[in-house]
Amino acid sequence: MSHFDEAGAAVQAALDAGARYADARVMVRRTEAMTARDGAVEDLSSDESAGLGVRALVGSSWGFYAVPDLSDAAARAAGGRAAEIAAASASVPGPPVELVPGDPVTASWASDCAVDPLAVPLSDKGDLLVRATAAAKEAGADLAQANYSIWDTRKWFVSSEGHRIDQHFRECGGGVTATAIGDGETQRRSLPGQYGTRGWELIDELDLVGNAPRLAEEARALLTAPLCPSGETTLILGGSQLALQIHESVGHAIELDRILGWEAAFAGTSWLDLTRLGSLKYGSPLMNITIDPTFPGALGSFGFDDEGTRAAKRYAVRDGVWVGVLAGRDSAAVAGLDYAGSVRSEGWSRLPMVRMTNVGLEPGPHSLEEIIAATDDGVLMDVNRSWSIDDRRLNFQFGCEIGWEVKNGKRGRMLRNPTYTGIGPKFWASMDMLSSEVVAWGIPNCGKGQPGQVGHTGHPAAPARFTNVRVGVRA
Amino acid sequence: MTAELSVELQHAVKVIELVRKLAGRDAEAEVTVRHQALALTRFANSMIHQNVADATTSVRLRMHLDGRTATGSTTVTGVDGLRALVERTIAAARVSPPDAVWPGLAKPAALHISAGHPGSGPDSGLNFGFDEATARATPAERAARVRSFVEAAGGLETAGYCRTVYVSAAFANTAGQAVEGRTAAAAMDGIARVDGADGVARLAAARLDDLDGAVLGARAAAKARAAREPIELPPGQYEVVLEPVAVTDLLQNFAVFGFNGKAYAQKQSFAELGAAQFDPSITLVDEPLGSRDEPAPGLPFDDEGTPAHPLVLVREGVTTAVAHDRASAAEVGAVSTGHASATSRTWGPAPGHLRLEAAPVTGEPLPDDGPVVGSARPLIARMKRGLLITDLWYTRVLDPRTLVITGLTRNGVWLVEDGQVTRPVGNLRFTQSYPQALGPGRVLGVGSESVLLPESWSEIQYSSPALHLASWNITGNASG
Repeated sequence: MSHFDEAGAAVQAALDAGARYADARVMVRRTEAMTARDGAVEDLSSDESAGLGVRALVGSSWGFYAVPDLSDAAARAAGGRAAEIAAASASVPGPPVELVPGDPVTASWASDCAVDPLAVPLSDKGDLLVRATAAAKEAGADLAQANYSIWDTRKWFVSSEGHRIDQHFRECGGGVTATAIGDGETQRRSLPGQYGTRGWELIDELDLVGNAPRLAEEARALLTAPLCPSGETTLILGGSQLALQIHESVGHAIELDRILGWEAAFAGTSWLDLTRLGSLKYGSPLMNITIDPTFPGALGSFGFDDEGTRAAKRYAVRDGVWVGVLAGRDSAAVAGLDYAGSVRSEGWSRLPMVRMTNVGLEPGPHSLEEIIAATDDGVLMDVNRSWSIDDRRLNFQFGCEIGWEVKNGKRGRMLRNPTYTGIGPKFWASMDMLSSEVVAWGIPNCGKGQPGQVGHTGHPAAPARFTNVRVGVRA
Repeated sequence: MTAELSVELQHAVKVIELVRKLAGRDAEAEVTVRHQALALTRFANSMIHQNVADATTSVRLRMHLDGRTATGSTTVTGVDGLRALVERTIAAARVSPPDAVWPGLAKPAALHISAGHPGSGPDSGLNFGFDEATARATPAERAARVRSFVEAAGGLETAGYCRTVYVSAAFANTAGQAVEGRTAAAAMDGIARVDGADGVARLAAARLDDLDGAVLGARAAAKARAAREPIELPPGQYEVVLEPVAVTDLLQNFAVFGFNGKAYAQKQSFAELGAAQFDPSITLVDEPLGSRDEPAPGLPFDDEGTPAHPLVLVREGVTTAVAHDRASAAEVGAVSTGHASATSRTWGPAPGHLRLEAAPVTGEPLPDDGPVVGSARPLIARMKRGLLITDLWYTRVLDPRTLVITGLTRNGVWLVEDGQVTRPVGNLRFTQSYPQALGPGRVLGVGSESVLLPESWSEIQYSSPALHLASWNITGNASG
């Protein structure tokens, strides 16, 4: 079943109402999510959402309107309404809006999927979560939780420039968490975020039941582990924590809409200055960050973004130098750049905006064991527990679930409440060892925009070492 | 209750009928139908750059069948869409593992709409509250407020939004509860920027007409101008005055992590009922229905059909309640407080309309003075040396039990010496237990005006006065 006709009707109606450019997305999404707690299923939801969102450019002003009705009449009305809203924007106008050229593509794309996650019997899925939480509980967790989420999304995109693109995404992911409750504090251990544009095979690979007892034992052990020491030291980050570090201190900083001030009032701006694109030192020479929506199976993968730009790999940081941004067609034109390809919307009812795709760190020459062996005195931390960063994406503080002392090249005793803090470029400049063990981590809950949108982003990353980092910040 | 059923209640009743037809009369089911028209006019670099609206109706069905529970939702509200929702949810329930903790359905109960709830509707006998003009606000009306904000900033770069929301919702269950309500709300939130310094002004209201873009733009600009050329202060313990905007962050974290009935049941909350956990000057109330003076945009019932009502969480420093849905209430032997949501069974029920009681008014309200909002001026005047903080940003929980939080200041910080604002200060990182900051003896003063403020991310709002606190743990500055 195709919805190109409805999207086309909305675009035409916007043009008829005075738009000089318009595009429309029909999206039909089925989602399924289950949570279990302490050996019993806690919640199961199966949702369907379908609608159309149309974006119109009238003069130099944008307007967007969305409806859950896929009839031809509703589509036409939505197109007209988007143009009407755009006209109202003109009362507080800005410079002319241009779009970098885009090929009017006609194409179809689907993500790879070995096992359709919606086709796996609910009873099997429930049994998996029940067994995982029971295993954690049996191993000493005071509270054991497990979950999975599945998104099955079909999109039909039409633009007034001639785009006609349909895409089918199947995404899923999940995890298990063990919590130990002590006298005055709690400790948590979980499988780090494993979400991808893949099928149920991803969940199978996680081995939720097999990992649950270890997580429970670690959570309980953390209650009596020594506190992470305070001071400056050598810091080794596990791959999943490095994924979040990339997301927060690189991914958001290279969003062109932030750099241009379009997000100034809420998400914030960026410390990056466009005049230094191509010359600014972002980090050490080991630092090579790519924007790569073609990365197989990662959570930020697609065939085309929500403006119809074909997926392509691009460097954001090369040999430690800032060389690229996440851009859309209008923001790229403002910045004088010739590429876009990073515009996405949460769903049919939200305006597409600049978003991360897969922003990842290319592999280094080492392994985690080599990094530990080369470290005389330091701390190893992994799996995020808290994250906070300023509105320019400079000053960050992250907490991890677990830490270990590293002494004389060996992993030592466990440390509780590990935290570290720093300033982005100074931190990245101190990266002196990088592993080759890349995993495509996924973050399914990236917030941005007003009204708020939740984005899915991918972050290929491997463990790395940083020097002279302040750790052990506490109240 | 209107004599004629709303479209939303008609949908809800239809779904209940379908459940009875397809699943039998023993099936327990509850349906929430929510129509929301959200419009948001967003500006940056002193121009409107994103101007959006949508009108969406969603139907959510929760069903308990033969001891098993499943939930489904859809935005496809035609006959086929609703039937598909019911069939899908029945199929999911039949193959789900047994639900040992199903709390049952809410029994029929009357709504508490006599307090002046803005969603009372035209037949409620109340001539205030729900504002049709806000519900039907046009893009031009929102743009006009943006224009006023931009112009009042006097040439400073500006960014922010003006938002209107209209919600009409209904609930029905197989136990006989059938209720409906509607609400409208507006909010404006903007910054002004100059020489790398930002100032903010934000306000929520039940009527768009109560939002004056010019007043807000002028306030944001005054703060930005006064925040230029900041000094850097070293980490340490500082006495602080938090303006109402900053206090909303405390309320938000208390709501989500502290007074969350599920977190409480799982011993992951600091809350201890009956314990004097706060300073006696602290009284915290959840007011989903608002009052004549302070309307709230909450609906008069929750997603389980339980009537909403005011809930005192802290009375004069003593923790008295946490928010419950039926599941968390059953877990601790309590009753639902009307805080069920679509996500409360997983994430826990949280209060959504917190009000921190202001101190009694003494004398005439003071106008803003430079970067200081009027209601914070008496608190500033009593501070020997400390910080005036406008806003908090990106706060995250380090430990849920103690509610230790790290975050940053934003949109203006100033050094206060001998009761006077003396210098702007660069943004600071803090790591602080929120309950401890408001603990017995730690609150040196509460402002006399509670300000209705929107949350930036969603349509939730809080009512906050300024707070004067003995100590706030600053753990970093711009240098690291």
